[in-house]
Amino acid sequence: MDNTLPKEYYTKLEEIQAADFVVLELTLYLDTHPTDAQAIAQFNQFTRHSMQLKKAFETQFGPLQQGSINPSKTNWAWSEFPWPWQV
Amino acid sequence: MNSQQPFQSVRTYIPPRSPFDPCPPIGRKFYSTPPHLFLGVQPPDLPQFSPAEALRKGTLWKVFADYYENPYRKGGKPRHG
Amino acid sequence: MWTYEKKLQYPVKVSTCNPTLAKYLMEQYGGADGELAAALRYMNQRYTIPEKVIGLLNDIATEEFSHLEMIATMIYKLTKDATPDQLREAGLAEHYVSHDSALFYSNAAGVPFTASYIQAKGDPIADLYEDIAAEEKARATYQWIIDMSDDPDLNDSLRFLREREIVHSQRFREAVEIVKDDRSQQKIF
Repeated sequence: MDNTLPKEYYTKLEEIQAADFVVLELTLYLDTHPTDAQAIAQFNQFTRHSMQLKKAFETQFGPLQQGSINPSKTNWAWSEFPWPWQV
Repeated sequence: MNSQQPFQSVRTYIPPRSPFDPCPPIGRKFYSTPPHLFLGVQPPDLPQFSPAEALRKGTLWKVFADYYENPYRKGGKPRHG
Repeated sequence: MWTYEKKLQYPVKVSTCNPTLAKYLMEQYGGADGELAAALRYMNQRYTIPEKVIGLLNDIATEEFSHLEMIATMIYKLTKDATPDQLREAGLAEHYVSHDSALFYSNAAGVPFTASYIQAKGDPIADLYEDIAAEEKARATYQWIIDMSDDPDLNDSLRFLREREIVHSQRFREAVEIVKDDRSQQKIF
């Protein structure tokens, strides 16, 4: 089986990884700074941004998040290539 | 403690030496003292990296960035292949 | 509960076929200061830690599982096409006779994971100090692995993981301050 992915898969995925990284960093920061309004605003902004990026990614490359809509009526895409350790 | 002056995040010491130590002296031993050891509770509004850069550095805030390189390799031959 | 995302937290690339590095990385897979130990330590402590820092332990524990997945990906990539001879040369003969190239929760010396690597004292200060120490030990382990590794792509991912230990240590230090300075309580003199 040829499991080559287009270069775009990697660049789009890294955009998501970067957005989610900002979300995670702000999560840990807010866990110890729970009243920082500016950090909360930035957290919400990047959470929305990440959701948009993931939606676009899934349209192009199949489900990224468990529970996302399956693109085909007859073929279960979630359990197909690629798993994160295979790319 | 809030330290604004630049600090060296790698420190060194010279291990004590006896005339009967079999290996040639390593010279200096190195250890890390990363910036979080000097910050205390993080103050608000510290300068951030861009999202792409933050991912690459492993931290959103510039103050925590601490690039690590094998300190024994500088200018010399690697100790291990 | 948790849900899964089919992505790593940070891209993992490996540039050389070097099963010896896989052996070293097992220290962070099933070792005393590895990612599995970290995830289980915080996940378990969160039930009895003061409420103000439950979120932090929960969220760092969750991140540690994504680090475990990154380490597993590195080990998998470094060993998947290695022949038995290559594994023997890498010092992984003992691993091979028991596991083939399957991953297993052991440290770099092949010692299997044990719950005694982690502590839960129930004392918030003791537990948070243990967590800070665990992050610094994991940071040091990443340094020693980077010192042993000549793979620039692998070292890039390892540097990311080392930096995360620094940020986690910072947050646990802040958690100590929160637990010390609980203004909601009456001070008793």
